[in-house]
Amino acid sequence: MATSVLSRQLSESGALVERHWQELNARRRLYTLLGLALLVLTLCASLWFANDSNAGKFFDRLPHFFDFVGDLVPRDAMEIVRAMFDLPSPYDDGSFKYNYTDGRLYLTESLYIPEYFHKMLETVNIAIFSTVVGVFFGFILSFLAARNLMPNPWIRGPVRRLMEILRAFPEVVIAGFFLAILSLGPIPAIAAVSIHTIGALGKLFFEVVENADMKPEEGLRAVGANWIERVWFGIVPQVLPNFTSYFLLRLEINVRASTIIGAVGGGGIGELLRLAIGQGHEAKTIAIVILLFTTIFAVDQFSAWLRRRLVGDQAFQLAQ
Amino acid sequence: MTVSTKPSLLEMEAIAARHPHLLQSSSTKRLKTALIGIGVLLYLVFSWWFFSIGHVLANANWGIAGTYLADWVSYEVRPEIAIAADGTMALSYARNSPLGPNPNPDWVTLEKKTVTRTIEAPAAAQASKPKGSSSFNFMAPNAALGDNQTVQAPNRIETRSEEVVTRALIAFDRSTSIEVASGVVTATHGGETLVMTVDGADTATPQGPLPRWARQKRPGEKITLSFGLTGWAEVEGDEVSIRNRFFGWANFLFDTNSPFFGKPYGEVASLIFSGERIDPARSNLSLAWNNILYNAEWQHLDVWTKLLQTVIMAFVGTLFASLIAFPLCFLAARNITPNFFANQLTKRFFDFLRSVDMFIWALFFTRAFGPGPLAGISAIFFTDTGTLGKLYSEALENIDDKQREGVKSVGATPIAVQRFGVLPQVLPVFASQALYFWESNTRSATIIGAVGAGGIGLKLWEAMRTNSDWENVAYMVLLILVVVFIFDSISNALRTRLMGRKTH
Repeated sequence: MATSVLSRQLSESGALVERHWQELNARRRLYTLLGLALLVLTLCASLWFANDSNAGKFFDRLPHFFDFVGDLVPRDAMEIVRAMFDLPSPYDDGSFKYNYTDGRLYLTESLYIPEYFHKMLETVNIAIFSTVVGVFFGFILSFLAARNLMPNPWIRGPVRRLMEILRAFPEVVIAGFFLAILSLGPIPAIAAVSIHTIGALGKLFFEVVENADMKPEEGLRAVGANWIERVWFGIVPQVLPNFTSYFLLRLEINVRASTIIGAVGGGGIGELLRLAIGQGHEAKTIAIVILLFTTIFAVDQFSAWLRRRLVGDQAFQLAQ
Repeated sequence: MTVSTKPSLLEMEAIAARHPHLLQSSSTKRLKTALIGIGVLLYLVFSWWFFSIGHVLANANWGIAGTYLADWVSYEVRPEIAIAADGTMALSYARNSPLGPNPNPDWVTLEKKTVTRTIEAPAAAQASKPKGSSSFNFMAPNAALGDNQTVQAPNRIETRSEEVVTRALIAFDRSTSIEVASGVVTATHGGETLVMTVDGADTATPQGPLPRWARQKRPGEKITLSFGLTGWAEVEGDEVSIRNRFFGWANFLFDTNSPFFGKPYGEVASLIFSGERIDPARSNLSLAWNNILYNAEWQHLDVWTKLLQTVIMAFVGTLFASLIAFPLCFLAARNITPNFFANQLTKRFFDFLRSVDMFIWALFFTRAFGPGPLAGISAIFFTDTGTLGKLYSEALENIDDKQREGVKSVGATPIAVQRFGVLPQVLPVFASQALYFWESNTRSATIIGAVGAGGIGLKLWEAMRTNSDWENVAYMVLLILVVVFIFDSISNALRTRLMGRKTH
């Protein structure tokens, strides 16, 4: 080997360095191998555990993997369109499966909004409304949590802890709690999503505020502005583009979140989707999935376009 | 001599006149701000109507909210005192009492005496009905034996002597108590005393005006006494229901069927380490451990298993996702693979995986594999392959090209170029992103669990749906928060090591 040939020609100190380097290398390799072995071991144990505690076993179920896709084929392609636009179905036998026309929301005598569009609108509206509420409170809290604007740790600390708790608390639990009090409907979903949004956006916001240029604030301080004036005229104009970008990012995430909360009883399209899948109504399921897919895609694209216009590509980091 | 730093009004106007462009923003800008404000306001009004928020909030039962919240951290013991027309009483405890089938708490004082009564006895079958069966049996103890007595014996008048309660004193705390004796219920709370007469049938009448803490909707109907956090009571003509609330979780470790239930910790410890074997088949320690694991009310083992499932779902899902996204992202990166079609194909594939929501994947895989963690793992795996693949390919497109050129210039093979020219730059970023998603998926796995994709979500959801197990909800939420916090810290520490302090 080349190194061994080389090492024979090395001086005494050179050989020492060489040997030391070899040792370090060997040790690093050992650690990497050990780490990998540990990872593989954990992975195998995890897989075994997951497979063992699952209702169906992986290899038993694998041949049935596409059963669900097979179940999703409707009687004819037009059924999907009928389900989506609430048109009467020729297969209608009075059962729940083909009651497409039932959910129409009549605006006038003959003009109606199809049920799924109406529910999708509700879901999107839940997302927008709770994002607005979340942004409002997150906006206020972020200035109280930023180190550069709030040197008092007795205010900053509790505000940060509060946001952490709001963020970490499972959304399902908040939704479930409000469902128990307010009964079914979109308001529990709004509460759950906006509480989470306050925590998540508050964190992103105060990090932006901490990175803001403090010179305008100093200028305002020099002319005797009070705290609110300093924040409003010195900091807010700087951070507003970033805030707006995060607002849009959160809106994307919340459209998904409100769908999920809907499925556990929070109103909107999620509930219908879960029902359609649970009862095996193929045309309804496909109609809802298409609608959901289109909406999420549209919201993503729109907000990405708007964000790019606002702050450029740097706003495309992911945030949870 | 002091000079006022504040300019006079005149001076200010003069300054303003000299620099008009500083003080007057353009009219479009001012209009824009106002328009945005009005727009948001209109939207809020619209939403108020759209969701009929006012209506929902008005109909909400906020009293229940308080009870539910209190249920998170406390439990109620519910003795009920049935009052007969002759003034005698019988005390019973509600089923599912946290103190077990036959509690005898020291805050209930009873005076009993044996009397001879003439009562109308119902059928004999009812008299032999087992009382106070354990709350955890789904069947009454006799049900399995098949001794259903369907013959309806006619009611008969019978004279017998039995022990009845003549006076009951329930002490909620030092300033609150209820005393029931010979048709008179006396409630004391916060220095005020309310005397009520009950006739053993259907009317309860307060003597004197009702204090603040008592309520009666119509004369003769039940009187509700609320004592705040310590509990409440209802007085009806023939029954007094007590709800005494205690802080803590009574049967958290041992359920009421366990021989260790209700004993002070010292006694339990001495039983475990030096006591006689309660169950001759095994040691007290293993019995105690077994009793804790299979606690019927709290289901510790089940909860821990489900929590482990959640963690594993996030771990395996994210690991597989990063393993699959790793080779694919090289195809998706413009600068690594110059082929336009390969780029677009992989990128759109990532988009597809990502935009079908994790929740829809979860429903899909629940049907494929049946409910359980496999469905959760697959759902996380599919969504995260899309997200990580996108992020990885973006990281690749942002690399410094000089290293690659250097390796290329010494005649390295394409694989070697990637290995030594590209990987060292992006590997920390890749690992850091994967860690971040592992941690964030621990959180989202709770939600997809609620639709059947395994993990603690479903358990949590079931506990909430019944509206009575809020203490179990609190327990699980606490566990989830602890786990999320631990993984948050681990993932943060590892990421800091990989990326340095600056990025997080």
